[in-house]
Amino acid sequence: MPKVMIPTPLRQYTDKKDSVEVAGATVGEILGTLTTTYPDLKKNLYNDEGKLRSFVNVYVNDEDIRYLSKDKTEVGAGDTVTIVPSIAGGR
Amino acid sequence: MQLSKEEIQRYSRHLIMPEVGMDGQLKLKQAKVLLVGTGGLGSPMALYLAAAGIGTIGLVDFDVVDFSNLQRQVIHGTKDVGKPKIDSAIESMLDINPFINVVRHETALTSENALEIIKDYDLVADGTDNFPTRYLVNDACVLLKKPNVYGSIFRFEGQATVFAYPGGPCYRCLYPEPPPPGLVPSCAEGGVLGILPGVVGLIQATEVVKLILGAGEPLVGRLMLYDALGMKFRELKLRRSPECPVCGDHPTVTKLIDYEQFCGIPAAPPPQPVGGALAMGEIDAKGLKAKMDAGEKFVLLDVREPHEFQIGRIPGSILIPLGELPKRHAELDPEADMVVHCKMGGRSAKAIDFLKTAGFSKLTNMKGGITAWSDQVDPSVPKY
Repeated sequence: MPKVMIPTPLRQYTDKKDSVEVAGATVGEILGTLTTTYPDLKKNLYNDEGKLRSFVNVYVNDEDIRYLSKDKTEVGAGDTVTIVPSIAGGR
Repeated sequence: MQLSKEEIQRYSRHLIMPEVGMDGQLKLKQAKVLLVGTGGLGSPMALYLAAAGIGTIGLVDFDVVDFSNLQRQVIHGTKDVGKPKIDSAIESMLDINPFINVVRHETALTSENALEIIKDYDLVADGTDNFPTRYLVNDACVLLKKPNVYGSIFRFEGQATVFAYPGGPCYRCLYPEPPPPGLVPSCAEGGVLGILPGVVGLIQATEVVKLILGAGEPLVGRLMLYDALGMKFRELKLRRSPECPVCGDHPTVTKLIDYEQFCGIPAAPPPQPVGGALAMGEIDAKGLKAKMDAGEKFVLLDVREPHEFQIGRIPGSILIPLGELPKRHAELDPEADMVVHCKMGGRSAKAIDFLKTAGFSKLTNMKGGITAWSDQVDPSVPKY
């Protein structure tokens, strides 16, 4: 099953897990299942119109899905989906 | 330009490597690097770039050293608490290397001064701690065509890359918009492993030196992710976005804007005098103490995390972390008079918003949280 890597700021919504295995053939399916399992994650990933928030990027392996097929990007069983939110800390 | 005999001795480990050599060391000496912030990321950068012999290092900071900085901001020492960070940083840097020139910019970087400050430098390293300044540094660097060596940190996780390198992506290509205020916690709210900014800051310092030398493969078009807990480095591909509003093919941002507004932060309200007027539904630390002393019956609800409760607590409080309230509010009596507190007053306000929707009505927010309690009522409760 594809593995979804959860970044630190969002782990509070996934029972503190840093990665979750989720079935699905596309990024959209996988994130849909993931946010059904963890509903609190949904409002942090999607805006009210159901679009991925623009301070959150999603990668399949090392490629940004904005430059692949976005939500329809295909994901294989051995692939890793990584959620990368912007963080600003520096002090 | 030449190196003195003392400098040759000092930089000998650089000079004997062909990738640096005399030519490279002279490039470092001629280079001008601006460090924005002398905090967690800025401290290791400033120390190592000074030691490496960067000829001119500019520092932008207007903050004062605090005890809570010393866990990670290694350029400042215990003796420096209360001093301007810029003074303590310059002292440390010149102690390590008196052959460099440190330029002080004791100010906040703003849309008004950023271009003026940055234009004299060859490149910028961003060690700031908030979204408005991150976007400001990015846009100014793109407009002035100066590479922006970026790093950011949260708890055990770091990100680093080089933005605004000719042909490469910028911060807005990666994140076109900032998160709404409050959604992504800062280090002050979320905490940070003290060593983490050392690792990430030194990745930035490495990139600064490489860019100056023109050596190796710069961290351009690649986002380095570092996970200290898993001890893993990963690399993701970054691309310049042709639609980017600042570095794209048809830019719409051609001068600096109001970045507080861009990040959804309302203009600062006029400063309130200490112990100033309380808003509706608020109580301050002294008021809470008086309420306790008068023997009033009420529930004092602490919505911080268990590890914060362990550091210190207000007597008689019960703990239900903010994140657990939706599942556990049934443990509370909705008819009871209730005062809610956290560390500073932010999370308790969120808890009250939630409890109202759950049918609670007699709710009071404790202004300033346990920090105010420590300041105004019981200094034996530690501040953190």
